Amino acid sequence: MNAAAFDYVRPATLDEALEHLAKHGEDAKVLAGGHSLIPAMKLRLSQPRVVVDIGRIRDLHSMSERDGKIAIGALTTHYEIESSDFLKRSCPLLPEVAGKIGDVQVRNKGTIGGSCVHADPAGDWPAAMLALDAEFEIGSPRGNRTVVAKDFFVDMLTSAVQPDEILKFILVPVTAQTTAYVKFAQKASGFAIAGVAAFVDKARKEVALGVTGVAAKAYRAAGVEAALRGLELSAATIATAAQKAADGIDPLSDIHASAEFRAHLGRVQAKRALELAASRG
Amino acid sequence: MSTTIEEAPKGAKASQKYFGRAMKRVEDPRLIKGIATYVDDLKLAGMLHAEFVRSPHANAKINSIKTDGAKKLPGVVAIFTGADVNDKLGTIPCATPLPGGKSPDHKVLAGARAYFVGHPVAIVVAETRAIARDALDLVEVDYDPLPAVIDPEKALEKNSPLTHPELGTNIAFTWSISGGDVESAFKEADRVLKIRLIHPRLTPMAIEPRGCVASWHAGESSLTLWTSTQIPHLVRTLLPGLIGIPENKLRVVAPEVGGGFGSKLNLYAEEVVISHLAIRLNRPIKWIEGRRENAAATIHGRDQIGDHEIAIKKDGTVLATRCKAIVDVGSYCQLLTPAIPTLTGIMLCGCYKLKAVQMEVTGVHTNKMSTDAYRGAGRPEAAYIIERVMDLVASELGLDPVQVRLKNMPEPTEFPFQTATGLQYDSGNYQAAFNKARELADWPNLLKERDTARKAGRLFGIGLSTYVEICALGPSKTMAAGGWEWGCVRIEISGKVTVITGTTPHGQGQETSFAQIAADRLGVPIEDIVVLRGDTATAHFGRDTYGSRATALGGTAIVMSIDKIIEKTKTLAAALLKSTPEKIEFEDGKFFVSGEANNELGWGQLASEAYVAKNLPPGFEPGLEASSFFEPPNCTFPFGTHIVAVEVDRDTGQVKILKYIAVDDCGKQVNPLLVEGQVQGGIAQSIGAALMEKTVYDENGQLLTGEFMDYAIPRAADIPDYVLGSTETPSPSNPLGVKGVGEAGTIGATPAIANAVIDALSPLGIRHLDLPFTPERVWRAIQENGGGS
Repeated sequence: MNAAAFDYVRPATLDEALEHLAKHGEDAKVLAGGHSLIPAMKLRLSQPRVVVDIGRIRDLHSMSERDGKIAIGALTTHYEIESSDFLKRSCPLLPEVAGKIGDVQVRNKGTIGGSCVHADPAGDWPAAMLALDAEFEIGSPRGNRTVVAKDFFVDMLTSAVQPDEILKFILVPVTAQTTAYVKFAQKASGFAIAGVAAFVDKARKEVALGVTGVAAKAYRAAGVEAALRGLELSAATIATAAQKAADGIDPLSDIHASAEFRAHLGRVQAKRALELAASRG
Repeated sequence: MSTTIEEAPKGAKASQKYFGRAMKRVEDPRLIKGIATYVDDLKLAGMLHAEFVRSPHANAKINSIKTDGAKKLPGVVAIFTGADVNDKLGTIPCATPLPGGKSPDHKVLAGARAYFVGHPVAIVVAETRAIARDALDLVEVDYDPLPAVIDPEKALEKNSPLTHPELGTNIAFTWSISGGDVESAFKEADRVLKIRLIHPRLTPMAIEPRGCVASWHAGESSLTLWTSTQIPHLVRTLLPGLIGIPENKLRVVAPEVGGGFGSKLNLYAEEVVISHLAIRLNRPIKWIEGRRENAAATIHGRDQIGDHEIAIKKDGTVLATRCKAIVDVGSYCQLLTPAIPTLTGIMLCGCYKLKAVQMEVTGVHTNKMSTDAYRGAGRPEAAYIIERVMDLVASELGLDPVQVRLKNMPEPTEFPFQTATGLQYDSGNYQAAFNKARELADWPNLLKERDTARKAGRLFGIGLSTYVEICALGPSKTMAAGGWEWGCVRIEISGKVTVITGTTPHGQGQETSFAQIAADRLGVPIEDIVVLRGDTATAHFGRDTYGSRATALGGTAIVMSIDKIIEKTKTLAAALLKSTPEKIEFEDGKFFVSGEANNELGWGQLASEAYVAKNLPPGFEPGLEASSFFEPPNCTFPFGTHIVAVEVDRDTGQVKILKYIAVDDCGKQVNPLLVEGQVQGGIAQSIGAALMEKTVYDENGQLLTGEFMDYAIPRAADIPDYVLGSTETPSPSNPLGVKGVGEAGTIGATPAIANAVIDALSPLGIRHLDLPFTPERVWRAIQENGGGS
């Protein structure tokens, strides 16, 4: 189907892109990989007057170490993350998540920044971002600001990035190999009905779990984390704690999974993610 | 067991037969390179583009349609509503109405009411597709939404709203079949089993949606319609009366068609109105269906509910079945809607010796898209019913499902086999396919594997299906518009060969397989043959492609034509060789006087003589061309056995197919590679039907599965490694001995997967579960039966 008519600009620098956004306000939409925006435009669910294509802004297309953390440019594609040996060594959760997103075409074009800003309740990245306590560096005409993951995913399809702002970098910690992402995918779309990212810190006897797909926005499974704090991980402790993976959550319900089944899958996937992460080191 | 591809050797001797060889398709390069011509690739000078305003409501009164604003949009040429076109056009036909059936006039555009989500209400014609799309948003339709009729069972209740109030009922038709002495069979029974079996509504989802281009040639007063269809010939039969032009002023072309699966076996309102407006506006018009339109306004399949009773003996003999079935036909009966459940009815015996069968069908109108033929068309329902029944009988009596099946099968010596439903199965050896499949599956070890898995607490199941289907439809007396097929063969002046078929291949590969048949019969290299199809200007007659009929019927018409040409050419060869026709022999493409093989004439020389026409014998008509109609004496009845092993994840309800074995018997195989492709694709669609596909309307009639984000079809990663084999029982219904294989996979596979899943769940006491086996459905069944971990 045809999208409604729109103007298209392709700034070469971030400043230029921000100028366009400042000028057009809510009439403008930022285009990165295009895998959320373009389908929405073709269905006319989204009808921006101006599309600001930031795809050529080279600075945002990078992976590097910065102050002991890893800074990933917002325009880095899922495939680049999936295939990065650097990340496989330093933060293996990211390549694992990236490899489970969509299909080859989606991974080749879609970007981590675009996906996070879109804040799809069933997207894969939010689970990992929460589990890793990622930080989001956002640029605007007012300068840069940093938002932590738990504040970044505001609600269904709403992130902390404002219409005149552009996500620049995502900062994640260097981690051990004891991380895992497991996903129970919706059969048609491939999006998560329940996706759980687990980060096990054996030395500190702590775990972090990000859950996506189950609720209107991704969340940290605080009940599970509290239940395992200070405990040795075993099949038994994991199984008991994982039961709390959907506690206090209002699960989504649709033709693909009822609220009850989603919550159940959240618990099952929490258990599997923890077992897998724990088995890796 | 995959088929090994054999390339045609370069410069092959004619005696190296092509028939039976696994050859790559001549169609593939253009498809793979993206240089094939689909409807949307057509660009005509002055061509306009159309988009449809469609009802967002399942049932609504249309108070008014305001088009003024939309008409002002620059580039909009015209907008038409039902009031502008309906009285100038005929109604959309149903070719198979049943006696006593009540259906409304199916106007091309909605009139005072819209009857389903997606019902075309108005059409915008504009200079570009984008402008037409923009204009849709400016057309203001004032609707009064009304309560929608959604559940076909509730639709039969007295106080139900009516889909079409003027009919006074939601019953579209009733039909019944009763063969054998049903009552005495039930009296004879030791036990009577009862089960309700549901066949969900499915969306065909051809990857290329529908679309058409109509062009009016004012000088000739003739119309060309290019349309993505399986049936250009049937469209040419039906459309002229609707748009008021003579049949011989209409040319219908099916260019490259990207999938049909029965969904393009129809005359659709869009084709009619686009044809009409091309004449009215005197400009070519293109319409290309969007995916959401395709999901909402192209026919759906299945949607039957059956309450079955099965009369059985203690020893596992199945005596008879009877059922009452409800078919949700949607808002209108499309071309073959009422015929689909009749195919279920006549095939209910499966490959078993039932004494009696009874089925009473009620077709019900609801505020949904029409159901009609979807790959298998009535037979998947029949196979599912009888194959679930066989497993139920085994489980109720504590018998081996293998033995129950063998006990009820006719012996090979009993063919042709007369069924209780009045069919004559042409040929069969069900035991051979059954045994071969079990061999390929390593049956005893598979059972051991299941035992081991179950002891470890795993939900492991094995499923069987031994199906039979009906193909090569079909003798003309059973078909509304005739069931013959036509073919034409022309030896060109250069000796090259043009074969024209009245079937309309759209992915089946008959440009290749018909060339194989013709190359052998004519004794020419396959490279010398071109097969034309899908254009009524070149294929003068045809009944097209559906019901796995093309090779059996179309292939035979080609053979008949070749034989006529050979006979004619013998007269010419005799004159040139100074002999008599009776003494001329034909072998490997050469004509020679018996016993004088060194003095031979080939097609090149003879064709040149036949057309240059300087040395023709007296009375010899120039040219070497012949055409033929083949009228089959009977349908064909392919069969086979599918075996599936699955494991169910107790925690998530996810079904994983571990092994898939299929042995199909489609009679003689022209090209085993094409057979394998058809079987593979059919099984894939069955995996969809068994595990993931279901068209969902909510209680208001909103379609919730309107795109690929919500309607799951299998992807490559969902397909297991198939172990495929075949047996070959030639059909006596045509001289090629072929039966047809286009739908076998969708017929045989679903019940095998269903039986496997239910077998996996059987240790929990689960006796039956309805399709599709989505994770939540399976998980709930496990929970309800105390099987959660």
